Amino acid sequence: MKARQTTVKVASALAWLAGLWLAAIGGSVPALAGPPVECRVDGVPSEAAFPLNYVKKAIGNKKLSILVLGTGSSQLGGAAQNAYPARLQAALSRRLPDVAVAVAVDVAQKRTAADMVRTLSPALAASKPDLVLWQTATVDAIQAVDPDQFSQALDKGVRLVRAAKADVIFINPQYSPRTELVIALGTYVENMRWVAVQKEVPVFDRFNLMKAWYDQGTFDLYSATKKLDMARLVHDCLGRLLADLIVEAAKPDPAVIEKGN
Amino acid sequence: MVPTLSERDLRLDLFRGLALWLIFLDHIPSNAVSWVTIRNYGFSDATEIFVFISGYTVAFVYGRAMEQSGFVVSAARVLKRAWQIYIAHVFLFAIYLAEISYISQSFENPLFTEEMGVLNFLQNPDVTIIQALLLKFKPVNMDVLPLYIVLLLCFAPFLWLLMRSANLALLASGALYSVSWLFEWNLPAWPQGVWVFNPFAWQFLFIFGAWCALGGATRLSRAIYSPITLALSIAYLLFAFGIAMTWHIPSLGSYVPQIIGDTIYPIDKTNLDVLRILHFLALAIVTVRLVPRDWPALKSPFMRPAILCGQHSLGIFCLGVFLSFAGHFIFTEISNRIPVQFLVSLSGILIMAGAAWLISWYKRIERQGPRPPVTKPGFAGGE
Repeated sequence: MKARQTTVKVASALAWLAGLWLAAIGGSVPALAGPPVECRVDGVPSEAAFPLNYVKKAIGNKKLSILVLGTGSSQLGGAAQNAYPARLQAALSRRLPDVAVAVAVDVAQKRTAADMVRTLSPALAASKPDLVLWQTATVDAIQAVDPDQFSQALDKGVRLVRAAKADVIFINPQYSPRTELVIALGTYVENMRWVAVQKEVPVFDRFNLMKAWYDQGTFDLYSATKKLDMARLVHDCLGRLLADLIVEAAKPDPAVIEKGN
Repeated sequence: MVPTLSERDLRLDLFRGLALWLIFLDHIPSNAVSWVTIRNYGFSDATEIFVFISGYTVAFVYGRAMEQSGFVVSAARVLKRAWQIYIAHVFLFAIYLAEISYISQSFENPLFTEEMGVLNFLQNPDVTIIQALLLKFKPVNMDVLPLYIVLLLCFAPFLWLLMRSANLALLASGALYSVSWLFEWNLPAWPQGVWVFNPFAWQFLFIFGAWCALGGATRLSRAIYSPITLALSIAYLLFAFGIAMTWHIPSLGSYVPQIIGDTIYPIDKTNLDVLRILHFLALAIVTVRLVPRDWPALKSPFMRPAILCGQHSLGIFCLGVFLSFAGHFIFTEISNRIPVQFLVSLSGILIMAGAAWLISWYKRIERQGPRPPVTKPGFAGGE
């Protein structure tokens, strides 16, 4: 395993112009403190460059409310406690022991970004979140939605969330090796990044994270199984890393953060 | 004005061959080796090179035909070529369906329920296959050939105009490009949306290539070889390189002034953004400076594989698409470790070169050798 990882690293360093990229990207991401070893991935930038002011304030008030807005990949096998929103709540509660963390979900299959924007206002009014985690783009790619319309939907959604006095973090699509030749994710992942940069929204780069897990053998995302074992671990990792991103981006008073779990 | 048709320029074959290799590398999903391809270092990519050179060679070949045998004959030949490419596209689609059907067989994973839903199109092949035959359903990475087909279908009238008044034809092409931006023209795709490569926009590069082939390049040579043009081109390439770096290293993004970001983004590939055209032109200008037409290395055996691939571009392009499917298949079914990715990429290029050599050998013996005895129709193996 160790040797394999070394080979992978050496070779990818070669491919990435003698490690220039790895060094530059790796250097810009602080070490992740929380998650167990197998989740950690060097070299995947989780863009925490933009501040989360509403979240910071909420953490200061010891009460953080999060809304997960998403589609199929925010669910898992029917049991809500397995899926990453619940895992995030658990992880955040551990990291911020004095803060009451509530995670609500607005998740349904087969919704494009525009579909989600249409029902966003009532959803925001219902849960009054400080933070919206917006998982989208996969369905848009499957349905080949016009990329411009996709970007406009993202843009509008961000405006609605901010008008409701909440921060937003994008969660980009899952990396799915089997369907790479069928779903053209590229444009949508790119457009999401452009909108994120323009609107100063952090992106949880689930795509490259899962790709790195696959490349490094952390999880065999290719395996054909009905069993939930691996899927549960993946969602647990996603929840933990999301918690890290939120804490990292919100930069709350260091006193409220629980170290070393 | 009589357009000048000069001898075959080996640089065209070389760069088209290289573009075919880059397209192959880019088309294998998650291929580490695709880091070497030019799309990572600027705005334009191998598609621009391919479309421009295709326009150049098509005008070169069919322009000569039009001079010799007139409009009707050359138009018929262009249409025959479009038909060949259509057949090639359908053939590739069949291979794609075979691979996807195999890969999706019995695959279940609770993690990917949403993604696997996309394979539902296999459940109604009637609609899917008809939409594919109509060129409306184009799977991932199968967008270039349909573009090429549409460009060739409409090429004959343009060629007629190019042969009479090249500048007017270029102007018409530029006008079409502008109008397509203004009114957002594009062809419809299935299940929804529009073509990934908008033919109304991309025709401009194709016609520009044709214009250059029919004497435009000679007329431009003064501008091309001016030191000011060279300096501007290099400056623009460096600028594009700098911007491209911020895609890979997001922390560099903060050094890009807001006003520049707001101006240049989004850099639209579907509608062939002006920034992409300029980037291609800058690359071309620097390249013709670095690689003169009589560059001795063009005759060296090391350049031979790329040149051969460029000379048989349709066959090699199709082979490249097929090999990229095969590469994806190997990555998912066997291993996608980095050494395997290098091996697959290298073998793919070697296979492409080998096939190109085989095609040219075959053409040579067909031309040289004694004609096979004419068999009567109806005999076994008649053709």
